[in-house]
Amino acid sequence: MELILTEDQELLAKTAADFVSEHSPVSRVRKLRDAKDPVGFSKELWKQMAELGWLGIPFPEVVGGAGLGFAELAVVLEALGRTLAPEPFLSTVLLGGQVLLLGGTEVQQKEWLPPVVNGDCILTAAYQEPQTRYDLRRVATRADRKADGWRLSGEKIQVLDGHVADALVVVARTSGGEHDAKGLTLFLVRKGAPGLEITRQSRVDSRNAALVKLSGVAVGPSEVIGAVDEGGDLFENVVDRATVGLCAEMLGSMEEAAASTFKYLKTRVQFGVPIGSFQALKHRAARMYIELELSRSTVMAAARAVDEDHPELPKLASLVKARCSDAGILIANEAIQMHGGVGMTDEYDVGFYLKRARVAEITFGDASHHRDRWARLSGY
Amino acid sequence: MAELETFRRETRDWLLKNAPPDIVGLPANDLEGNWGGRRATYAVPGMKTWLLRMAERGWTAPSWPKEYGGGGLAPGEAKVLSQEMTRLRLPPPLIGFGLTMIGPTLLQYGNEEQKREHLGRICRGEIRWCQGYSEPGAGSDLASLQTKAVRDGDDFIVTGTKIWTSYADKADWIFALVRTDPAAKKQDGITFLLIDMLTPGISVRPILLISGKSPFCETHFESVRVPVRNVVHKINAGWTVAKSLLGHERSMIADAFGGAGAGQRTARLSALASLARERLGDARGQIADPVLRDRIALEDMDTRAFGFTVQRAKDGAKAGHRPGPESSIFKVYATELNMRRRELMVQTLGPSGIGWEGPGFTESDLETTREWLRSRGNSIEGGTSEVQLNIIAKRVLGLPD
Repeated sequence: MELILTEDQELLAKTAADFVSEHSPVSRVRKLRDAKDPVGFSKELWKQMAELGWLGIPFPEVVGGAGLGFAELAVVLEALGRTLAPEPFLSTVLLGGQVLLLGGTEVQQKEWLPPVVNGDCILTAAYQEPQTRYDLRRVATRADRKADGWRLSGEKIQVLDGHVADALVVVARTSGGEHDAKGLTLFLVRKGAPGLEITRQSRVDSRNAALVKLSGVAVGPSEVIGAVDEGGDLFENVVDRATVGLCAEMLGSMEEAAASTFKYLKTRVQFGVPIGSFQALKHRAARMYIELELSRSTVMAAARAVDEDHPELPKLASLVKARCSDAGILIANEAIQMHGGVGMTDEYDVGFYLKRARVAEITFGDASHHRDRWARLSGY
Repeated sequence: MAELETFRRETRDWLLKNAPPDIVGLPANDLEGNWGGRRATYAVPGMKTWLLRMAERGWTAPSWPKEYGGGGLAPGEAKVLSQEMTRLRLPPPLIGFGLTMIGPTLLQYGNEEQKREHLGRICRGEIRWCQGYSEPGAGSDLASLQTKAVRDGDDFIVTGTKIWTSYADKADWIFALVRTDPAAKKQDGITFLLIDMLTPGISVRPILLISGKSPFCETHFESVRVPVRNVVHKINAGWTVAKSLLGHERSMIADAFGGAGAGQRTARLSALASLARERLGDARGQIADPVLRDRIALEDMDTRAFGFTVQRAKDGAKAGHRPGPESSIFKVYATELNMRRRELMVQTLGPSGIGWEGPGFTESDLETTREWLRSRGNSIEGGTSEVQLNIIAKRVLGLPD
């Protein structure tokens, strides 16, 4: 793999940066939050992103996609991360979309992926449960076999964009006990299905998440994705890919948090001088920069590993997530500290970056979880 | 791409045919290996043959121009050569400050006569170089150096003391910073000078470090006569040359301490993990101490991330992007990685890691302990981490003075 952007990728980066600065300032996130917007993002902007071809980047041309990869997707997600754009990339393109791409039948792909690419359909994955923490295989939600298919029962938490999703990929247990690695199956559940109850949740970053309660939801055999009892491996692969995408978004956010802090250090005057002239702050700023640059290299490498279907992808996904989780929190914490009192105010944007950094850190597992996974995958 | 594959095949064939069997598997890094020089010693007899054959092909300095003794390889070809040497477990035929520091500096700032005089001798391993920068009173504040050079006809008369001159006791020539204009602003009165160590008036004294040994020396100049033609670049413009060379030095240090892996799996880290398994025991396939295991994983992962960063810079350079100030990032981060690794090694050894010498300790454990002590200097030599962070803050982030 080569760790540079091609000319096309540079161009895409510029287009994305221009679009984001014109249409998606952080003030938009603030407005959505303060208005308790029922959708939680801008459907209009989502449609525009589809028209730019962004939603189709990682999908093949047969479903209307661009047939590109995560190297390109990362460039766009980084730009969106810079201003904390809340559109449902993670849920729709990276979770639901990838499940269908990697595990769906031709019929399933034809039904769901074209509307995803066109921006007409929101997908998500319901995998987390109250006891899951970061163990994707720890699933209590049951799918009981019936003559006409399956009945799903259980409770999922913090389902991204759950309340606006047209369909949810539900991870459920078809055999074995709660802690068994095997025996998981993925099901597609359509919105409005009888027995499906969705309640919007509120998290610190004010992005969409929902509780999902399944009370004997009926699912037909044609809504199983991938092989019965074999969904664990498929879903883990999807989460590895989604993790890489999330890290690209995190990279953009930390870049912006760092940049606004460096700017502040140059303009804020105390004791008659810009505070950026103090060595105590200079060295910490330099450390932020180092962590940022290492994160960038790792995001680029992991994105290319997805595109090459690299056997080390699980390790690299853990590498990039551990690094971006720690670097994201470091930079956001330092951003608040260096902004001083003003950084603590709701009026100032920097707090939004800290809140998002925390949520992103926890999503798909924090740094110590991923160091443990890296060590396990490395054989120690 | 096809041309590069042809080059790869030919290179592999040539290496297989020409590498003496006794050099296979010898250390391949910037600090251990064949340093060359007038008083060269060879670890194995084949090393001398290896040097001669590689030098004849220009492959001791693969990317330097052919006319000066280099191989004239394009960056892609040089990478292939290095990959093939790694694959066949062949050490570099020559290492040292000639190749990594003064050579690149002369290519950039030397005049034609200097390039002809020195580069070929570097490539052939005939002359070993050392660096005369720091002084007892000029460490991080390098520009305050006091070694003076007074003009006397076609010569300078050099008097003063240089410290931390690595391997000065084994070197043939020294490149030194001297003060030629005491009245000018401190950076403006410095000249970059090449000095033959055989010149009368030079004395060298080794310095013992906390590790019990040391490559470092104190080098004293007592009215040493140096021809003016040995000035690199211009008189009183040595600071420009010095800064450029420091960039080469920092890249060299970064490569030596973890950059060379360039995103590849490094053997060293599995060594750390396997040492921990061996010494701490194994609980259900995992290193038994969960805290140490976490720190080893972090070290392992940071090394990989750093490797990717070095690779990114190299890929960028190959694509013709202007190199950024990343050499400062590299120096800070690579040395700290190495220091963390050395510390983890000793902590993993536990009671076996605190031996100094003698019975009850194995040679390799004693070596690990000495290397830990030695590594504490990594964040000092070649510009302290604090100075590097200042450089990043100023040049990259544009923070005010």
